Parts: sequence; C-alpha cells; structure tokens
Amino acid sequence: MSGAEARLQPAAPSENPWAWAWRQLRRNRMAAAGGSLLGILYFCAVFAGLLAPYGYDNQDRDTFYHPPTRIHVRSAEGGWQRPFVYRSVPSRTGRGYEPDTSKTYPIRLFVRGDGYKILGLVPSSLHLFGVDEPARIYPVGSDLYGRDVLSRILYGSQISLSIGLVGITVTVVIGMLIGGLSGYYGGIVDNLLMRLSELIMMIPGLFLILALRAAFPVDMSSTQMYLLLVFILSFIGWAGLSRVIRGMVLSIREREFVTAARAAGASSLRIIVRHILPNTLSYVIVAATLYVPYYILGEVVLSFLGVGIQEPQASWGNMLNAGRSVRVLSDYPWVLIPGAFIFVAVLAYNFLGDGLRDALDPRMRLRGGRPLA
Amino acid sequence: MLRFIGKRLLHMIPLLIGVSLLAFVIMSLAPGDYLSQMRANPQINPDTIEALRVKFGLDKPWYVQYGRWLWNILRLDFGESFAYHQPVFRIIKTRMLNTFVLALSSMVIAWGIAIPLGVISAVRQYSWSDRAASFMAFIGLSVPTVLSGLLALLLAARTGWFPTFGTQAPDYEYLSAAGRIADRLHHLILPALVLGLSSLAGLMRQMRGSLLEQLRADYVTTARAKGLPERRVVYKHALRNAINPLVTLFGYSLGSLLSGALIVEVIMSWPGLGRLVIDAINQRDQYLYMAALMMAAVMRILGNLVADILLALVDPRIRYERG
Repeated sequence: MSGAEARLQPAAPSENPWAWAWRQLRRNRMAAAGGSLLGILYFCAVFAGLLAPYGYDNQDRDTFYHPPTRIHVRSAEGGWQRPFVYRSVPSRTGRGYEPDTSKTYPIRLFVRGDGYKILGLVPSSLHLFGVDEPARIYPVGSDLYGRDVLSRILYGSQISLSIGLVGITVTVVIGMLIGGLSGYYGGIVDNLLMRLSELIMMIPGLFLILALRAAFPVDMSSTQMYLLLVFILSFIGWAGLSRVIRGMVLSIREREFVTAARAAGASSLRIIVRHILPNTLSYVIVAATLYVPYYILGEVVLSFLGVGIQEPQASWGNMLNAGRSVRVLSDYPWVLIPGAFIFVAVLAYNFLGDGLRDALDPRMRLRGGRPLA
Repeated sequence: MLRFIGKRLLHMIPLLIGVSLLAFVIMSLAPGDYLSQMRANPQINPDTIEALRVKFGLDKPWYVQYGRWLWNILRLDFGESFAYHQPVFRIIKTRMLNTFVLALSSMVIAWGIAIPLGVISAVRQYSWSDRAASFMAFIGLSVPTVLSGLLALLLAARTGWFPTFGTQAPDYEYLSAAGRIADRLHHLILPALVLGLSSLAGLMRQMRGSLLEQLRADYVTTARAKGLPERRVVYKHALRNAINPLVTLFGYSLGSLLSGALIVEVIMSWPGLGRLVIDAINQRDQYLYMAALMMAAVMRILGNLVADILLALVDPRIRYERG
C-alpha cells in the first residue's frame, strides 16, 4: 500500500536485490501477517489427518445435520471436570437432537481412529483429539451424511489450497515460455500465439471453463479430476500472463547484456531462459501471488456447481454446494463454514501479494485478464 | 477517431470468428450430443432419433456443422434450440434482459459508492475514515461471491425480508402497475447488492490509489504553490488525471455485463444468461450455448472499445489516428 511505498528504503549499492526485497517484505506487517496465516493454513492441510477427529468419509447416519457439539466442563452434579461431551440422540419431538446425559464421554487427546497418510506417504491412525464411540464430536457440526464438517474442511483444504499452488505454477511456466518465445522471436510465431491468447481472453472465463469441463467425462477418479481442474485453469490463465511477459521481453531483448550474450555465442533458448526471463521474475512472483486466489476460487466455483471435485472427496467448493438449498442453508447454517476458510485463504494471499508488490515492484500495475471475470 | 472506431469494428469480425471457432471445437470435443440421453431411453424409437439427428445436422462432422452455423449467422439466423424447440434468439432475449437489469443495477451500486468513497479516502489519507474504508475494502476484496451470495440467501431465508428466488412474485400478474415495479425492485435488490459489492472494493482501492498518485505529482505542488484553493486542486486538477485508469475499468465492467453475474444468478435463482449457459452446456444444446457465448463475447469486445474511446475523450494525450 502507499504507506509502505513511502517508507521504501533505497538498496545499498552492493546489496543483493533479493536480500533487499526480503528485508522490505519482513518490514511490511501486512505481508508478514498474510504469510503467517498461509503458513498455518498449509500446515493444517499437511497434517489434516492428525488434526481432524474423523476421516473425510466417516459417516454416522443417525446424526445428520447435527449442530456443533456442546462441550461441557461441569458435570451433572455441578463439579468441575475435564471437558466432555454427551452422546446425541434424536430428539423426542422429532426435530433435532438432545443429549443423553446418562453417561459422559471425555475428550481424549492423541486417540487412535480412522487411518490416513501424511503427505500420502506416512500411514498413521493417530488423531489429536476425539471421543469414544458411540458418542461423536462435531466441533462445527455435521453434514447430510453425519460426517464431521471440520474434518472435511481440513481434508478439503488439501485439495483447495494445493490446487491454487499447482495451477499457478503450471500457468507461470507456460506463460513465461510463451511470452518469452513470442517476444524474443516476434514475427509469425508471435502473431499466432498472441491472437490465440486474445481469443481466450475474449471468451468470458466461466463460460469457457464450463465448456472445457464438459469436454471431459462426468465420472473421473479424484486424481484425474484434480489434474483436469489444473489443466482447465491454466488453459485460461496463461493468456493474460504471457501477454504481459511478452511486452517486458520486447524491451529487455534490446538491452546490452542480451547483445553481449548473443555475441558470446549463447543459443536463443539459453538467452531467453537464462538472461531475459529472470528479469521478469519480480513481476511474475507478485502477479502469481495475487492470482492464486483466482485458482482457489476456480476450484470452488466448479465444485460448487457440481462439476468439480466429486463426493465423497471433500473440497471447500463441493461442501458449499449443500448451501444451494435454501432450507438446508437456513436450518443448518454451519454448512457455510467452509466459505469462511476460503475467505481467510484469499485474504491471506491478498495481504502477502500486496506486501510482495511493495517489496519487489512498487510501481507495478497489474494488467492482463482476470481468469474468473 | 471515427477511422479508429471503424478499424476496431472491422477487427471484431475475425476476432468473433476465432472465438466462435474455438468455442465450437471445444463443444464438439465433448462426448455425446444432445440426443445421447434419448438413446439411453428404450421407449424412444431409434428411427426417430436418427431422424432428429439428421434434422439437427448432428450426423455431419463438426466442421460442416460449424460452416452451416456460420453461414446462418450471416443471415441473422442463430439456429434453433434442441431442448426448447424454439429459435435460439427468442429464448436468449428475455434471459439477456434479466442479466442486463441485474448487472446494470449492480454497476450503479458499485460505482456510485466506490468513486466518492475512494476520493474521500485519498483526500483524507491516513484519517480514521480512510483506514476504516481501506480495511473494509481489503475484506471486501477477499469475500468470494459464492460466500456473499449464500450469506445473502441465508439472510433472506431467515428474516423473510427479501424473496429467495426469481425476478417476480407468483401473483405478479394481479398486481397494480406500482405494485409490479415495487415487486421487481424487491426481487432485484439483494442480487444486485451482492454483485455490486463484489466489485466495489476493488474499484474503491483503485480510485484511492490513482488519486493519491496524482496528488503526489509535481503539478499538484505547483497548483498549491500558486495559491489555488485545495478544492480546485483536488477536484479540478488531480481528479481529472486520476480518472484515467478507472475509465479502463469502466469499459471492463461494461464488457462483463452479460457474463459476470453467473454465480449470483445460480445462487439467487435469477433466470439470466449465466444459468442458461450452464443448462445449455449440460444438455449439449449447442446452438443455444454458442449464441449466449457470442453475445457475451461481443459485449466484452465492445466494452474494451468503449474503454479506449472514453480514454481518448478524457485524456487529450491519447491519439489513435497514427496508431
């Protein structure tokens, strides 16, 4: 933001520009806050299995749409006790649930439960907390099948948060290569690639995304679906990025060090990749950070519309799908909680991106297409 | 200027052909066609389906279909919807109008609030009102439309203050003229607010940043030094220049009038173009999809053109003639 911009310090002549940028970034409180928030979110995603009391598909049909479980610390006699819950049974009125107060179920730490794999590699069944069966603990409520919403949010974050990173990485690689080739060679290659990117940018993002999605079968394995979403989002995203890169390459290729590299006999590809593209990096890093939210939202929207990540796999988007029914939404508003996580993730990326811009490239104006507009 | 506009309008033709070709190819990559569902139904005679296939032209390869479609467009015939058995244009017309009304009112809300707020924020930089507005803008920028739409729906369902779907009440036919307008507005207000708020934050930040940049420029110092009143400096000198990037954004908003409301339309059950597109894609109703897409693309290209023209009008440094 402009406040930070005004406080920018000039780099010492001998200082490495990256070290300078890192120093600027650390001085920026918003960027630090965004970065830490993201650190926490991604940590939770990696250790989702440990933090979640249940697996993402662990159902209890008897307690569907259960409100957040009440955690008690005072026993029926009035004495203090370690935190415990009661088992919920269907209410006698036929609506909702009531606690069965005959027995208490203490919340235990480091219990054994549903199996999972950390990072898909290390198998484990340890959970940070849990209660003994038949009681169940739903910190933020349960869904239509009696699955714990918090557990599903944690597992869902593995998909929703990583798809942003993977998607932007693929886009950046394609965008930089195409922008680099286009700007360096010019001529007919440039013309063709830029016309193609223009076409893609002229089609409204969501219309194109939905049509692309329809070009593939409805039922796919969750891995295939994940890769497909990455492909679709990158297919849309490279256009805007490569146009900006191309513009920068056009001016960079006229600089002396490029001539020098050419005179020294470097190949064109080497000049592009090793000499020209690194000069666009500060822009690319900022743009990429600010664009990650669009990729996260891309997954959310597709899954929300029912053509993205499929049940029983959890993602933030397909969990929100439950809220499309007005009755469910108004009776069980906790189905919206995944939305709060989306908001926090997007906010954190915006904070970090803004801070990065101040640190790396304060004069920058973001141009190019916005993928979801 | 007229030559520039003419050139740009001509440039639209190859662009639109390219867009339609790309969209058509993607559409034809999809497995199956509109008749796939009928084939799965044993009660429908295969001969009937074959006859329909020939009638719709689905028995031909995609490039023949595309050629026919393009040829018909030249005669202003957008084809017939498979699902509705009606000319595509007739179906699209009302949907487009609905989306237009929604998007236009949301634009009025967004621009009407964002511009004054951004200017105030910039003029009183670092005051508490600026900090509050900037903080809210940052929050607003990060709320996805999916979430704000669902929250609005929750509000409507819980309080009953607003209807939760559609553009008019079931008893619309029996209302008086004034009652009809009130009913329409009542249905419009919540979706328009949600859609408007989604772009408000970004606009406000842009306005604030742009004006701040101008206020730091040398000519503003000069204007102040020669004793001009602050109001004149800000509103007459700085604002004139600060508005340029906003003009580009305005064209962009215009361009997404037909396509930007899709998520809100789905959540609020607003019968607009976006929902039509989703249905058309799911049913492989290809001419319906193509027509909706082309309308949105034309809108987008025109939006860019309007932005360039407006920019030339507000910024005398920009000349297109030599370009």
